[in-house]
Amino acid sequence: MHILLRGRDIKNIKQFDVYEKHGGFAGMKKALAMEPAEVIDVVKASGLRGRGGAGFPTGVKWSFIPQQEPVKFVTVNADESETGTFKDREIMEENPYQLIEGSLICAYAIQAKAVYIYLRGEFWDIGDQLDECIEALREKGYVGKNIMGAGYDCEVYTHLGAGAYICGEESALLNSLEGYLGQPRVRPPFPAQKGGGLYKEATVVNNVETLANVPFILSEGADAFKAIGTEQSTGNKIYCVSGHVKRPGNYELPMGATFRQLLYEQAGGPLHDDRPFKAMLPSGGSGPMVPLTDEVLDTPMSYEDCANIGTIIGSASIIVMDETVDMTWVASKVTKFFKHESCGKCTPCREGTYWLDKVIDRILDGRGTPDDVKRIADVAENMAGTTLCALGDFAANPIIHTIRHFPDDFAQHVQA
Amino acid sequence: MAIMGNPKYEARINQHLAKYETKRSAVMPLLFIAQEEYGWVNPDGINEVAQILNLDPTQVKSIAGFYTMYSEKPKGKYWLQVCTDLPCALKGADEFHAWLKEELGVQEGGTSGDGLFTVDHVMCLAACDKAPMMQCNFRYVENLDQDKTRELLAMWRAEAAQPDNGRG
Repeated sequence: MHILLRGRDIKNIKQFDVYEKHGGFAGMKKALAMEPAEVIDVVKASGLRGRGGAGFPTGVKWSFIPQQEPVKFVTVNADESETGTFKDREIMEENPYQLIEGSLICAYAIQAKAVYIYLRGEFWDIGDQLDECIEALREKGYVGKNIMGAGYDCEVYTHLGAGAYICGEESALLNSLEGYLGQPRVRPPFPAQKGGGLYKEATVVNNVETLANVPFILSEGADAFKAIGTEQSTGNKIYCVSGHVKRPGNYELPMGATFRQLLYEQAGGPLHDDRPFKAMLPSGGSGPMVPLTDEVLDTPMSYEDCANIGTIIGSASIIVMDETVDMTWVASKVTKFFKHESCGKCTPCREGTYWLDKVIDRILDGRGTPDDVKRIADVAENMAGTTLCALGDFAANPIIHTIRHFPDDFAQHVQA
Repeated sequence: MAIMGNPKYEARINQHLAKYETKRSAVMPLLFIAQEEYGWVNPDGINEVAQILNLDPTQVKSIAGFYTMYSEKPKGKYWLQVCTDLPCALKGADEFHAWLKEELGVQEGGTSGDGLFTVDHVMCLAACDKAPMMQCNFRYVENLDQDKTRELLAMWRAEAAQPDNGRG
């Protein structure tokens, strides 16, 4: 059953009437009849964790907002730029009202003045569609003053980025929304604190998929949501599958389904029958690479189980590579991405990605030495944990884990 | 024509100014409007955006330079940006990108002799299941191969040959 990709089950759910007829805004009606703090308790009880990658408990995040502050904001992270990630796009294209409803429930729970949906600039057409939805909701009295007659006011706006991966990082996103360079901020103060959020006001920043889960949690109850998935990873997740599989695409499955179920039953197995899987990046370019062994394939896709195999489920953007792929080339590709997307603020990331790229190019050209392989591992290890945001760690991951799992792929380029 | 005082943009500019808590927040949408008017973010556009928002032109230019969707030099009528990031590259995007440049006789970032096509590559566009793909003036075209792309190029050439046809 789809909770998120309902556009696949219900024709025209992107139209207001169809969405409402199929239970749309039932969750919001319930929320508006509750005290804001009770709404937060329901989301906490559901066990929902952030779907943007970090997996932080959503209700706990909302509870950090100081209720006594007069001005608060919700910012929706729709910057979807992680390599291999294309799930938020489908939610917003095919089921836009569910995102807006989830955002409004969050806004009510923290008593926010407004919601800003920050879309990557290339999603301008999705932004136009969301603007139309927002206007339709305004006419119904679901956005603006005195929402649903419950005495709560909230505006919803869209904002377009303009091509910068770093703006998916929450503090860089806030800077960008304020008209500054999209560079991360020093924390504390955190966005949830006065002084750390949008316009220095306490702000919740949540990913699209996270908020799209919220209407179900309110309408069906926390227990119904917790019944799906594993104990620590509740609910469904959208898995984006790309690379060497027969049927790439988005698949919505319960958390805790195995990689084998996803990659064989859903995505159809290896693209070419005579080329077995070699490895995957389960969380786009930023998470640790793992070889696709039987043990890994039988691992449940949950926060806790992926930690046991030395990686993360993160945004669940699963890039699959078959045996023909040279992992040195993969390391180079991912490094070029992070080099391009480094915002330039922190030295280890700005300089580290530059030198990693230069040395990997040399290795790929056949001009490298075994020392160069040690050198890039050393550079990567010195980037991890030394930057204001996680981009430095992300850029180190493809190097560290690729060399660890596939040393021969590097060695073949540096032997005389 | 300018963007300031241009009836074509007045309502949109005011809408953007109204939705934020500060004027400065409107710098990104206004830069998109400047790019729409001039085809790229030229010095006139930078100065006008700065004037509307009470910012220094240098501040506006720093924003234009940071984000890749703002073009700081003129481009062909059709700006083709091929995604060559890992998921697309696993499905032949690098070869596709090289072929497209050869087909149009351009170098990376260059514009074809007829002024119609500028080709470069971009990072992940969130269309990994439909590789190879590219965007043309920020509109996605997906599941590309050489035949389909030749048809698209022919279509854009025909479109450009129409009189009074605007950008993209």
